Amino acid sequence: MPPRVVLVTGVSRYLGSRLAAVLQADPSIERVIGVDTVAPKLDVQKVLGRTEFVRADIRNPLIAKVIAQAEVDTVVHLNVIATPLGAGGRTAMKEINGIGTMQLLAACQKAPSMQKLVVKSTTAIYGSSPRDPALFTEDVEPRSLPKSGYAKDAVEVEGFVRGFGRRRPDVTLTLLRFTNFTGPTIDSALARYFSLPVVPTVLGFDPRIQLCHEDDGIEVLRRSTVEDHPGIYNVGGAGVLLLSQAIRRIGRPSFPIPSPAVSLVAQAFRRAGLVDFSPEQMRYLQHGRVADVSRLARRFGWSPRPTLEAFDDFARDRIGLLSPSMIAVAEERVLEGMARRRTTSGAVGA
Amino acid sequence: MPEPVPSDNVIPLRAARPEPAPEPDVAPAGDWERKVAGGLAFLRRRLTGDYEVDDFGFDPDLTDHVLLPPLRPLYEKWFRVETRGLENVPDEGGALIVANHSGTVPVDALMTSLALLDHHPANRHLRLLGADLVFSLPVVAPLARKSGNTLACNADAERLLSSDELVGVFPEGFKGIGKPFSERYKLQRFGRGGFVSAALRTGKPIIPCSIIGAEEIYPMIGNAKTLARLAGVPYLPITPFFPLLGALGAIPLPSKWIIEFGEPIETAELGGAAAAEDPMLVFNLTDQVRETIQSTLYTLLMQRRSVFF
Repeated sequence: MPPRVVLVTGVSRYLGSRLAAVLQADPSIERVIGVDTVAPKLDVQKVLGRTEFVRADIRNPLIAKVIAQAEVDTVVHLNVIATPLGAGGRTAMKEINGIGTMQLLAACQKAPSMQKLVVKSTTAIYGSSPRDPALFTEDVEPRSLPKSGYAKDAVEVEGFVRGFGRRRPDVTLTLLRFTNFTGPTIDSALARYFSLPVVPTVLGFDPRIQLCHEDDGIEVLRRSTVEDHPGIYNVGGAGVLLLSQAIRRIGRPSFPIPSPAVSLVAQAFRRAGLVDFSPEQMRYLQHGRVADVSRLARRFGWSPRPTLEAFDDFARDRIGLLSPSMIAVAEERVLEGMARRRTTSGAVGA
Repeated sequence: MPEPVPSDNVIPLRAARPEPAPEPDVAPAGDWERKVAGGLAFLRRRLTGDYEVDDFGFDPDLTDHVLLPPLRPLYEKWFRVETRGLENVPDEGGALIVANHSGTVPVDALMTSLALLDHHPANRHLRLLGADLVFSLPVVAPLARKSGNTLACNADAERLLSSDELVGVFPEGFKGIGKPFSERYKLQRFGRGGFVSAALRTGKPIIPCSIIGAEEIYPMIGNAKTLARLAGVPYLPITPFFPLLGALGAIPLPSKWIIEFGEPIETAELGGAAAAEDPMLVFNLTDQVRETIQSTLYTLLMQRRSVFF
């Protein structure tokens, strides 16, 4: 059943604002309510159209009032923050993710109008280790649960969502585990990482990475909101890229760092505010992580674009010093030179 | 012509050997130029990341052009590997090759891969299942993935088998490869039969594979257990030449190898996933595979004239 009143949390942030913009353009949806602690920026406000913005903190019980008064039937919970740089530190991030989700779900549970809940999670909950299968399916038991950072928050959030599902079995529950986002406009830890002039890697490791294009992320959220797809889904492009391959495709030199020094370097980058890499992400740079996305394709009847395409769309405007086209030109030059030599020596021979 | 004429007993090993000298006034592109162009194209593909890897990280471009070629002399000249029963390995479709493991260093895995790639009519890539230690070591881990190997677990084995890959497994694991020289050619315990249930679930045939010669490359006469524990590895070999002769001791002895692929054991008719849940059936099948390999090993040893010829 299509939703009547949709509430989107984290509407001032990238995914939230883009999703709200898409939903408000859908005439079958009566109201779109966006919630966030800070008002959206001016350029974002323009795309939000008829979205009603409510300045509220999901950590505060007031959110229940918003849901009850507007008779919200669909909640899209996107206010799960991936990096502390944008949230004002790790403590605030942890609170928004953990306490925020608890309060929001408590409010949802009390609301008789609730019909659907869509929650954004991450494949980071599978962790990264050398002892895991090559592809994670949605029901795999990871060998090691993440112990810190966003991934740990996401494990907690999923726990709350499962609890909610038990208490409100009548609500359609969609849990989307996204792989790393990429694309021309999104700002993510991985995007910042690939934008460094020289990309640091872990010496002796070359992980497989999997990416989800930002537009596909929005599309999957939109489909989950307007269609009914109960269940847990890995969301990401099919196929993988090796980290070294990705760095080459974006035309940047890489700088391998021996693993004992890695945490020091990561700390330095964090202090400098360049890229925030948690210990989880450092492990990701060693062992990588790939999720099986076949369930999404099967049940949604649609799939995000492959990892390679998603990455190339991101890399197009960010090609570094060692641009692939330059290398292709160099190759042509050598071949031309050889052809010239052949004609001259051929002439001499004849 | 200054070019030395090859004597009669030199048989070209691979058809694609570079021709020795370019003829000066040969038409458009000479052979060596094509080689150079091919090399340049390869270099460009590598430098620009213009190649594809599968979900497991297998990079056929790198494997075929960089990782495997240096092993060919070892295969052809050093160990003079002889393959038998290649017709038992299907040209297409999934199959599980189960082999004995030995030799201190998993050279037998590499040689079996090369045997199937170079000498099987369908030039098949063997996807090996490795221990988790392999995937936690720097340098080794990415190389293992790029050459098509993955972690020995049922999820990966079944995924590979059902996507019609040729999967190789050494159920003895470290117990087989790190056993003392005195126990050579005595098969160790075959794990918990995980490989059998993977084959049952996917209905793919099991092909027993017996390898002789690998046991003698590094005769392990001792095991530095304390050091091994400190280094976090399952064993640390002492051979008559290693560590005594240092790096020289790391040269494998040139034993004569035979790799025999046995008759496939079909599993399609055995009942699929339900059969995989029947421990008795799994144990029996595991034993059957183990017995087949063991008896083939004894037969091959009888036929071998000496360790080195």
